[in-house]
Amino acid sequence: MTAARRRPDPNLPGRDAIARKGWLAAHKWLLLRRTSQLGILGLFLAGPWFGIWIVKGNLSSSLTLDVLPLTDPYLLLQILAAGFVPAATAITGALIVAVFYLLAGGRVFCAWVCPVNIITDTAAWGRRRFAIKAKHVPDARTRYWLLAGTFAAAATTGALTWEWVNPVSLAHRGLLFGMGAGLWFLAAVFLYDLLIANRGWCGHLCPMGAFYSLLGKTALLRVAAPKRDACDDCMDCFAVCPEPRVIRPALKKAGQESPVILDALCTTCGRCIDICGQKVFKLTHRFDRRSSP
Amino acid sequence: MSVEKPASTQEEARLFPARRKFLAGLAGAAGSGCLMALGAGLYATQSRALAAQALRPPGALPEEEFLAACTRCGLCVRDCPYDTLKLAAPGDPAPTGTPYFTARDIPCEMCEEIPCIKPCPTGALNPALTDIADARMGLAVLIDQENCLNFLGLRCDVCYRVCPAIGQAITLEKQHNIRSDRHAMLLPTVHSAHCTGCGKCEAACVLTEAAIKVLPVSLAQGKLGEHYRKGWEEREKHGGSLIGDQLELPVRGLEGKPHGDSRVKDDPPSDASYPEPGQPSDAGTGLNSRWKP
Repeated sequence: MTAARRRPDPNLPGRDAIARKGWLAAHKWLLLRRTSQLGILGLFLAGPWFGIWIVKGNLSSSLTLDVLPLTDPYLLLQILAAGFVPAATAITGALIVAVFYLLAGGRVFCAWVCPVNIITDTAAWGRRRFAIKAKHVPDARTRYWLLAGTFAAAATTGALTWEWVNPVSLAHRGLLFGMGAGLWFLAAVFLYDLLIANRGWCGHLCPMGAFYSLLGKTALLRVAAPKRDACDDCMDCFAVCPEPRVIRPALKKAGQESPVILDALCTTCGRCIDICGQKVFKLTHRFDRRSSP
Repeated sequence: MSVEKPASTQEEARLFPARRKFLAGLAGAAGSGCLMALGAGLYATQSRALAAQALRPPGALPEEEFLAACTRCGLCVRDCPYDTLKLAAPGDPAPTGTPYFTARDIPCEMCEEIPCIKPCPTGALNPALTDIADARMGLAVLIDQENCLNFLGLRCDVCYRVCPAIGQAITLEKQHNIRSDRHAMLLPTVHSAHCTGCGKCEAACVLTEAAIKVLPVSLAQGKLGEHYRKGWEEREKHGGSLIGDQLELPVRGLEGKPHGDSRVKDDPPSDASYPEPGQPSDAGTGLNSRWKP
């Protein structure tokens, strides 16, 4: 069977996985993720479009079925930094969201909910497809400085400064309430990721992703590489991973024995599970240390 | 020294390449992160001014506080039964994402229940507002006295008639029409004690461009110095003048005239006897009072 294996091509990852597992199995998690992203957007849109009010509001703050309040904890902290103590509803909502992401993994938001993910995934696909080489990639720690900067800006101006430009809320709010000139911001993010920096926005700059990664240290839901001994070093997982540095410790036992990807920056997108022809990866829980040969 | 310095830095670079790389990377990350936050801050500071045609929903906190408190979730927009409220997209005349309405397009219908306030998760729309008549979304100003039909001497009165606080927020003040010299003008006059800023008058104004406009209160209203006291109000409050009876001095040229008659040109031509008011006089010599000591 190994004879059927094609030569790996970092620009076209996944050919091996499709050949071995079939197209559907090689895109299972990607399809589930898109379903999740579009489904959540659909729940919000069902109200204004069809009059079915399940969820009102947007990702910044929402009300589900008139009972469940949800608020973005990052936004809540910015409000506090700006010097305003919000009403209990917002605080309750932010706590619910924070607890959920502490359990599921903060950056699950990035991969499964955030509307900008579709934009930057498309840009990343474009880079691979047209072999656009990475240039001018900023340091991946920039996002933490920017995160601190957004709080400092809120504190000094007394306003939610970052919300003027935040592409994440601009995208979601725009789709629900009217995009206006917000489209230019999103186009800028797309072009930046496509032409200037590989995974530039989500992987290096976005302070919202940085914030949610801070909620990822205790995540129960994790991707692991239990069959890492079967790895044939095709590098396909590194090519598609939005945070490639998180794979190595688990896959190559670099600094850790556990096959679980423990890095809080992992978005649990599951693309590595899809793309691996050797079925090395699977979605599991944090304490699953089993290595199956 | 100046020659040695670069040499030693080069030496250092040779000895500690990893440390230098780390520090350079850190500086780059910190620099670009903080720069982006600064850029967002500048942009926000510049565009935080509320445009004159953008009015806030009822109960909105003062603009400074509102910009710290509002999550930009749009729950108020969703619960507005008349589609009055909108969320500002970039390029709209209000800070990005915040709710506003344009009086000329769809004014506030002043629902008794104030449904827009109820879902606000942070209290940016203050739930303490329970009587919509106490709302101060803006203040109507009869901004164009050259084109207002009532100022032209016609009886339009539309702004007066559509006002939900009819006869209180806008009254019609009778004034002599100097142009025709025989008619009255009924001038629409706004009273801030009753105007909620709902915008009905601006929406209804029959002119191509409204002569009466609702502006944010900060633009529409002046403010007396804190130390100002109105004599007539103080006198009423204390049941008499606080500084005792005033010495009344005669005004030159007006001696013996009925109280309030300040005409000087109706003075008698030569002798000291004054004609009855309304009697023809041949004076017409302007300010010469012909007063002689």
